[in-house]
Amino acid sequence: MAKKKQEGYLSAKESRQISKKNRKITSELEKKRKRKKVPESEYLTKMHDENNAVEFDNLHTYFFTDAGTVKSVDGVSFEVPIGKTVGVVGESGCGKSVTSLSLMQLLQRPQGQVVEGEIRLNIGGKAYDVAKMPYEKLQDLRGNFVSMIFQEPMTALNPVFRIGDQLEEVLQLHHKEMDKERMKARTIELLEMVGIANSEGVYKMYPHELSGGMRQRVVIAMALACNPKVIIADEPTTALDVTIQAQVLDLLRDLKSKINSSIMFITHDLGVIAEMADYVVVMYAGRVVEKGTTEEIFENPAHPYTIGLMASKPVVGKQVEELYSIPGKVPNPINMPDYCYFKDRCEMCVGQCDGAYPEEISLSATHKVSCYRYYKENAQEGGTI
Amino acid sequence: MRKFIIKRLLISVGIMFFVSLIIYTLIRCLPASYVETMAMQLATAPGSKPYEEWIAQLNASYGLDQPILVGYVHWLGDFFRGDFGDSWKFTVPVVEEFKSVIGVSFVMGAISLVLQLIIAIPLGVVAATKQYSKSDYAISAGALVGISLPTFFFATILKLIFAVKLGWFDTHGLVGRTYAQLDAMGQLMDKSKHLVLPIATLTIVSVGSLMRYTRTNMLEVLNADYIRTARAKGVSESKVIYHHAFRNTLIPLVTIVGGSLPGLFSGALITETLFSIPGIGWASYTAMTAGDIPFSMFYLTFIAILTLLGNLISDILYAVVDPRVRIAS
Repeated sequence: MAKKKQEGYLSAKESRQISKKNRKITSELEKKRKRKKVPESEYLTKMHDENNAVEFDNLHTYFFTDAGTVKSVDGVSFEVPIGKTVGVVGESGCGKSVTSLSLMQLLQRPQGQVVEGEIRLNIGGKAYDVAKMPYEKLQDLRGNFVSMIFQEPMTALNPVFRIGDQLEEVLQLHHKEMDKERMKARTIELLEMVGIANSEGVYKMYPHELSGGMRQRVVIAMALACNPKVIIADEPTTALDVTIQAQVLDLLRDLKSKINSSIMFITHDLGVIAEMADYVVVMYAGRVVEKGTTEEIFENPAHPYTIGLMASKPVVGKQVEELYSIPGKVPNPINMPDYCYFKDRCEMCVGQCDGAYPEEISLSATHKVSCYRYYKENAQEGGTI
Repeated sequence: MRKFIIKRLLISVGIMFFVSLIIYTLIRCLPASYVETMAMQLATAPGSKPYEEWIAQLNASYGLDQPILVGYVHWLGDFFRGDFGDSWKFTVPVVEEFKSVIGVSFVMGAISLVLQLIIAIPLGVVAATKQYSKSDYAISAGALVGISLPTFFFATILKLIFAVKLGWFDTHGLVGRTYAQLDAMGQLMDKSKHLVLPIATLTIVSVGSLMRYTRTNMLEVLNADYIRTARAKGVSESKVIYHHAFRNTLIPLVTIVGGSLPGLFSGALITETLFSIPGIGWASYTAMTAGDIPFSMFYLTFIAILTLLGNLISDILYAVVDPRVRIAS
């Protein structure tokens, strides 16, 4: 290289090469997905633990963009036990949403692809690998067995259809035996369940006639219509004000106990996580850096990133001049280096940090962290756990 | 709703007043003067009066000696009385000439519009749903060819292939040589046969833009969050596209279709000329170049009225397809 190029700069030729290569990779993957009559044996797997509803195992979800391959999710493994809530936290752009979209197989295709790993979904006795399932089979699971609450209430509803019709559609798809009247009754019941007072009126309204909080409730009602076993809540409270937030959280907790479903709760609000989750998964730059039970994570945060996150949340009754913030920013997701991704922002580096990406090590049966500070030879240096 | 329509219609009347004034002024200022041509011809006849005398006499008899504003007021008065005058060029009442040429142009325009919608919308949807695929590239390239190449090029190509080489159709005219001997059914068939190539030409040259428009809008809609919501509900892919996405794509398309109302009556000047079809496009062009003020005024006013009506219809259709648009009454 004669001149040092600016980071992220691509010449037209390079860009063309990349997009040509991408197209080759994605069209091959698409061809594989679009096959008709995929035998069930291809996507039938076994859960490692029957008590888990979902197991992410070494999941790799890449986006093949014209600027290069973005490794949005790069080897993520964690479990969602039946009837428990798992909170997924991390900065914006760390792969939280992409992980959940991989489970729903709602990635922006053909650019977004699950290239490696399994997502095992426990559907009572059987387990499917969602990443390999054909489209038609997925349709029966989506909305019915796994459902998702989206983070943008203002745009998540179709503007040209009535609220009632949009809600009924889910029932129509998955409960074909229901007649019109029962469907309407169930829809009204759902609207009441999420705390919409004027349910008969809202049934006939269009999305633009509702406020953001109301729309978020409708989205939640839609996700809960078929009593799904797994609910993915992708920042369900981010767009809402605090009072509504509390109501929505209460609602979700209520529902969880009522229908015993598992919730994958994605947020960057640590307060919400502490309140809602049984387990916490901390993600950074497409990888899980730390996971454990909520107590473990909040009492003994181990990874410097988690510690930083905890330090940067305001505490009631504590006076601080300035709220702590983790220095630097998330690295460019294209061409990630092969060392701990957090190294450049970390204030607690040890000598080994220049080496390869650290392996995951167990601090307890449930508490796992990927950091050199907890390797045996560094135990004294890393401080107390 | 009714209040809105009445209000819009009243505004339209006001707009029409100014539009027709502008048209009249422009036509009076045109260098092509029917009277001058006629005076020139009459003056060359042996033993006739000189040109200056002829022109003064003709100007007086055609009412062109008055100032523009006075002439306009006269025209407007006649217009409201339903008297559109006689065409100078065609030497028949304007309405009669208009009736004799509008039919064929309307049929051509209407069939071509329907064909455009039938062809462009499905292809646009296919191109959008299979973005960057071979079919998308083929459709987009075809659309670009249709937009870029001129009418006379396609008309000539079609004539060469279907009229000259294959001999299926005639190259020119609205009726065949044996038209007079045919019965009513045969005459209709003969006319339709002569319209195939002109309609094909019209469709090819205008289908591309509609296709691209559909594709762009569909792509935008397909990336919307509510499409992802629909997929998350377990809706099948075809229903996602043709129910959830298409309803939203319709919103901008409706404006285009509403706006094409005047196009149905304005005729297609180039196509009609290329195929020697006596339609309104051809008639209005002939009238304009001859300085035929009554016919041109009638034609242009008619188109202006249709344009205003088309806009009103688009606005109403907008409210029909998009629940967010409510007409304030």
